Amino acid sequence: MPRTITIQPITRIEGHAAIDIHLDDEGNVADSKVRIMALRGFEKFVEGKPAEELPRIVSRICGICPWQHHLASNKAVDRCFGVTPTRTGSMLRELMQTISHAEDKLLHFFFLAAPDFVMGPDADYGVRNVIGIVKTQPDLAKQVVRMRYLAKMILEKFSGKAIHPIAGVPGGFSKPLLEAERKEMISQVSELLEFALFSIGFAKKEIFPKYLDAVKSLGTIRTGFIGTVDREGALNLYDGMIRLMRPDGDYVDFDAQDYVSYIGEHVEPYSYAKFPYARCWNEGFSLDLDSPKGIYRSNCLARINAADKMATPRAQAELEEFREAFGRPAQATLLYHYARLIEEVYACEHALELLNDPDITSPEVRARVEPGAGTGVGCVEAPRGTLIHDYSTDANGLITRANLIVGTTHNIGPINMSVHQAAKSLISDGAITEGILNRIEMAVRAYDP
Amino acid sequence: MSVTVAQEWLNSCSGCEIALVDMGERLLTVLDAVEFVHSPVLMDHKYFGQLGDGKHLEIPEAAVGLISGGIRNEEHAEVAEEMRKKCQTIIALGTCATHGGIPALVNSYTSQEVLDRYYSTETTDRPDHAPDQGVPPLLDRCYAIDEKIAVDLYLPGCPPHPDQVFLALTSLLEGKIPPLPGRSVCDFCPTVREGKGSVKKLRRFLQAPRYGAPDEPIDRMRCLLEQGFLCMGPVTRAGCGGDRLTPRCISARVPCRGCYGPVKQDGNPLLDMLNALASNGIDITSLPEHASLLRFAGGHGLLRPKRA
Repeated sequence: MPRTITIQPITRIEGHAAIDIHLDDEGNVADSKVRIMALRGFEKFVEGKPAEELPRIVSRICGICPWQHHLASNKAVDRCFGVTPTRTGSMLRELMQTISHAEDKLLHFFFLAAPDFVMGPDADYGVRNVIGIVKTQPDLAKQVVRMRYLAKMILEKFSGKAIHPIAGVPGGFSKPLLEAERKEMISQVSELLEFALFSIGFAKKEIFPKYLDAVKSLGTIRTGFIGTVDREGALNLYDGMIRLMRPDGDYVDFDAQDYVSYIGEHVEPYSYAKFPYARCWNEGFSLDLDSPKGIYRSNCLARINAADKMATPRAQAELEEFREAFGRPAQATLLYHYARLIEEVYACEHALELLNDPDITSPEVRARVEPGAGTGVGCVEAPRGTLIHDYSTDANGLITRANLIVGTTHNIGPINMSVHQAAKSLISDGAITEGILNRIEMAVRAYDP
Repeated sequence: MSVTVAQEWLNSCSGCEIALVDMGERLLTVLDAVEFVHSPVLMDHKYFGQLGDGKHLEIPEAAVGLISGGIRNEEHAEVAEEMRKKCQTIIALGTCATHGGIPALVNSYTSQEVLDRYYSTETTDRPDHAPDQGVPPLLDRCYAIDEKIAVDLYLPGCPPHPDQVFLALTSLLEGKIPPLPGRSVCDFCPTVREGKGSVKKLRRFLQAPRYGAPDEPIDRMRCLLEQGFLCMGPVTRAGCGGDRLTPRCISARVPCRGCYGPVKQDGNPLLDMLNALASNGIDITSLPEHASLLRFAGGHGLLRPKRA
């Protein structure tokens, strides 16, 4: 008899989702769906609000990546009001965003994903979590907690609020960085960089080799990729051109202002969240595992695939080693964890570059702004992917229209495919174990922040 | 013996849960003293059994239930009711849980208006109808938790400061009721107030406040409201600065927007703020719009769709 297995909620991810796996008469996988359960409607309720208030409202889309929403929104409002932020204002925004990236990757890797690898995918669910890590690896856990706290305290101490930030303002940043603060941050970020290098070394030695078979096969699909690159084609998290790469590695670069010509959003009846796809490929939308249409992926693996190189030396060395082993573009889904740690190294190195720029302590942090009618797109790379805020304002500077493409949503199609692939390869003759169901969830966790 | 805790997030962003893990090494103290029996973000307990073959949504019994987020759809309501049934003490964590929070700004619109806009944006391939297969139907609006279930303890904040989350949890472990500041943000704000100012109109926050040299301390800067910027400090509950006390936004030279909710649980920040402005002779029509004054407190029926 056909039956449906439901995994609900999907756990150790940020957000509300469930998996349905439909089995046929023989107990083999006929179909599977990932249902995204939440709809909050920011696109509607920001209408009529003063545009300069939006960076402080839309941050609440995500408590994990509030800096990215805050800054994409600020960039969109800058454009609506026709203001160019001061160089220092932009750099302070980027510095805070870069440090928030560094903090988030530690959270994801060690707290959310690592239990599957350190405790093992078949471990009892009572210990397959951060508490299990704390009990079995107390020294490592203590170090992770300390490093995350260090990063969070840099953000809070300088910018007031680490979660749901307020210090980015249209025209730049709300306050200057003092020389004493700069010196302190350099020493703190250097410590973070050291831990980033330790983390990637630890993962390459202790984790990835043990699970190499799973890394190569679990949830693996073939798709295109999206990411942001600078003028030299190097990965950038704050600004640049959007690069959309086909599965074979061919790509097109475009300005975020033109995103509507490149990206469409498909709607499926089982998910409140929409499914972005590459409209510009003119092949429509399909999640078919053998011949997907319009499907590309975002987040760290996509960014390092899309970029020609990393802009900082240690991250570049890691990228070269990665490409040597897995090629470009690398398609294996669990490689997201590896890519995340390469980006972690980049984020720490780049934060130091920004801190060593003499302009970073200039008092010119904020350009004067007048409200007015306009349209503008703001784009940054959120942990989960390319984040697009697109607003229009009226003559009084109130929002008349907003469209958002949130990083997470680029991957909803690919997550559905990876789950389907994992379920098909792991389930046969109706045999289900907790370990199998957890492995299917691991295909989702790879894409999380 | 450790205390059992169940944690749930409803119409929320996960910021409250991140605040929970942002306690630094105090997190290890907490993890040592409590036993999580259900927490979608931290562990793998499932609603319908570990093999997904259960018939009813089930959460294990716990001494303490932490709920963040408001209630916006049928699943949120079902989870909240199950948490109430299984937990001895329910804590509403964060301003979405206590007052609806930012997502309750949606209460100015009908659900149909929201669906119509979301599924018809310029990038969307318009569907014939909104998703309806296996996704929980929306309720008519976004509710604060206590509009649907009884709440024992309110811990507002967007998000609550990690120092306060730690204080609340350790107080509960010792069997005490956690202290909540009953005063306003202004009571802890170090800026200089000179009494009634000459401000007649409010300015939008489009330019920097005056504060002298870049390193001028916050306690030498003049009150932002007295400088003519809208600042919700007078009508907002104190506590956002955590152990450091100085309100978080003020420390970045940015005015307060009310993220800790009203000073009293049942306060109305819109009315209270307009009263405060009017009594100081400030022209309230100088504000470009008013709904934003309820941006954290749109639950409890305070924000409603405009009647056609």
